[in-house]
Amino acid sequence: MNTQLYDKLIFELSRPGCRGYALPDENRADEGLGDIKTLPEQLLRESEPELPRVDEPTLVRHYTNSSTNNFGVDTGFYPLGSCTMKYNPKINEELAAGFASELHPLQPADTVQGALEVYWRLQKALSTIGGMAEFTLNPHAGAQGELTGLMVIKSYHNSREDYGRTRILVPDSAHGTNPASAACAGYEVVEVHSMPDGTVDVEDLKSKLDSSVAALMMTNPNTVGMFERNIPVIAEAVHAVGALLYYDGANLNPLLGVARPGDMGFDVMHINLHKTFATPHGGGGPGAGPVGVRAGLEQFLPNPRVLQAPDGTLYVNEQDSACGRVSAWLGNYTVFVKALAYIYTLGACGLRYVGPLATLNANYIMHSLCDLYELPIPGPCKHEFVFDGLKDKSTGVTTLNIAKALLDCGFHAPTIYFPLLFHESLMIEPTETESRRTLDDFISAMRDIAGRAASEPDSVRTEPHHTPVRHPDDTEAALHPRLTWSDLKC
Amino acid sequence: MSKIYFLPSHEYARIDEQNPDIAYVGITPYAASQLGNVVYVDMPEADDDVVAGEEFGAIESVKAASDLFSPVSGAVIEINEHLLDNPRLINQDPIENWIIKVQMSDSSELEKLLDAEAYDALCKSEKH
Repeated sequence: MNTQLYDKLIFELSRPGCRGYALPDENRADEGLGDIKTLPEQLLRESEPELPRVDEPTLVRHYTNSSTNNFGVDTGFYPLGSCTMKYNPKINEELAAGFASELHPLQPADTVQGALEVYWRLQKALSTIGGMAEFTLNPHAGAQGELTGLMVIKSYHNSREDYGRTRILVPDSAHGTNPASAACAGYEVVEVHSMPDGTVDVEDLKSKLDSSVAALMMTNPNTVGMFERNIPVIAEAVHAVGALLYYDGANLNPLLGVARPGDMGFDVMHINLHKTFATPHGGGGPGAGPVGVRAGLEQFLPNPRVLQAPDGTLYVNEQDSACGRVSAWLGNYTVFVKALAYIYTLGACGLRYVGPLATLNANYIMHSLCDLYELPIPGPCKHEFVFDGLKDKSTGVTTLNIAKALLDCGFHAPTIYFPLLFHESLMIEPTETESRRTLDDFISAMRDIAGRAASEPDSVRTEPHHTPVRHPDDTEAALHPRLTWSDLKC
Repeated sequence: MSKIYFLPSHEYARIDEQNPDIAYVGITPYAASQLGNVVYVDMPEADDDVVAGEEFGAIESVKAASDLFSPVSGAVIEINEHLLDNPRLINQDPIENWIIKVQMSDSSELEKLLDAEAYDALCKSEKH
């Protein structure tokens, strides 16, 4: 079997009569189920559940072979724009696995002072890095952090009996989560236009600012990788109408140790630990989206919070002024151990290199490819940049084709068709952890694809040829998704 | 041939040949080609009111979701129900497969819209 092309479902391996278990005594199997026979008739199944029937070796091979189809930063270069897919140091995994699994969230605080100290120290480190007064680590992901931040903003306005603020402003270059979070928090979303260079149109922003605005959500550098140079003017205009300024931390990486959102005038921010602080991302997660606030907003952070008593002991606190509760306990604890280990490994000096190196790597790729790929916003960029497809539009080879062709070269595809500012967006973010050699390999693959797009476009359009799934019908998948084995069998 | 007018956001209003107060509203072939395969159209209901320049629904493709803006004001007298089952009709012929049919309340609004020539020039400028 070619395990590289393994594409079976466990249900397809199922054979009648097979099984991977043996109960001690078949005849007594029902006894362990207690009063099952007294359940009401209508609750009992009439047919056997359709569970896969496989022997144990087949089961193990299935999951082992499936796992080899995974692509992650540990298997190859993953230049996914706006996602900061940096390498996750393995030492951090070791540390997190060490003792966290022995803890219970309901343990009395005096028995977990060390664990709370990890939490408290990370809160302080993030506050220093972000230029904020205080952080909560509770939100489980970036988008949940956004929602939490907006709940804090709403609590702040409500505490001032300022109930007329029903709108959130979001630039048209924003991550899709911004308008989604604002809508979830009960706000009306108003779009702010961009200038041709991708930065916020300050005049358009000013025309939309009034006492009905609760906050402006911004990403800086923004999703086209440009630093929002007008941020002092923007912050002043937003604060002048009594609104707050929210920082989407998805693109914090290039600023790490160089500039701080708090110093730019941001009032509330979230950080994606699974991006900037090298904890695993996506399916390798879980994530964490800590939220920081400037002085004067601490009391609105969600319950529960880890605080320090005057004698230095740490305790878990709840207060009525909080915006509410966004997590059952104190968030994804093992992620905090990994993030704190990352911060301590690099130290203040090391962290200062992260942003400049990420920026250098992005600019290196951009300059090495901009003769063949359309660069709608000329550089220099920050940690990422956007191509608008191939420069030569006559080949008919699209951004989707390029992304697919990269898979055959052993690279994960960049982010495609986002941001929506361009028709053929191809958004590349290499991060600081990639070597010159990896960047050069990627550049030569991209140059090769561009060359073949001109000489043999039909071949590029049929790639990839070496992946288990090649060209799913994404229209059909969106129209008639088949999400279960029962759907698939029909 | 029936008259057709455009919004810069790529919606058209095609005037009914028999009744000059009725407009068929949909997205332009340029918009359809940029969106790629359409997978869902969120439409108002018959009898709903639409306002010129304001959102009346949304269209979702494999690439993106976009709001739909109405070029004209008036009452929706019919929605194109074929699109509910087969939104891809928009990719086949977006002019023939309109989205809503509107009884216009003020046909003088048409004067503010782009004619075919001006719209064509706009698309060319967007294409680089």
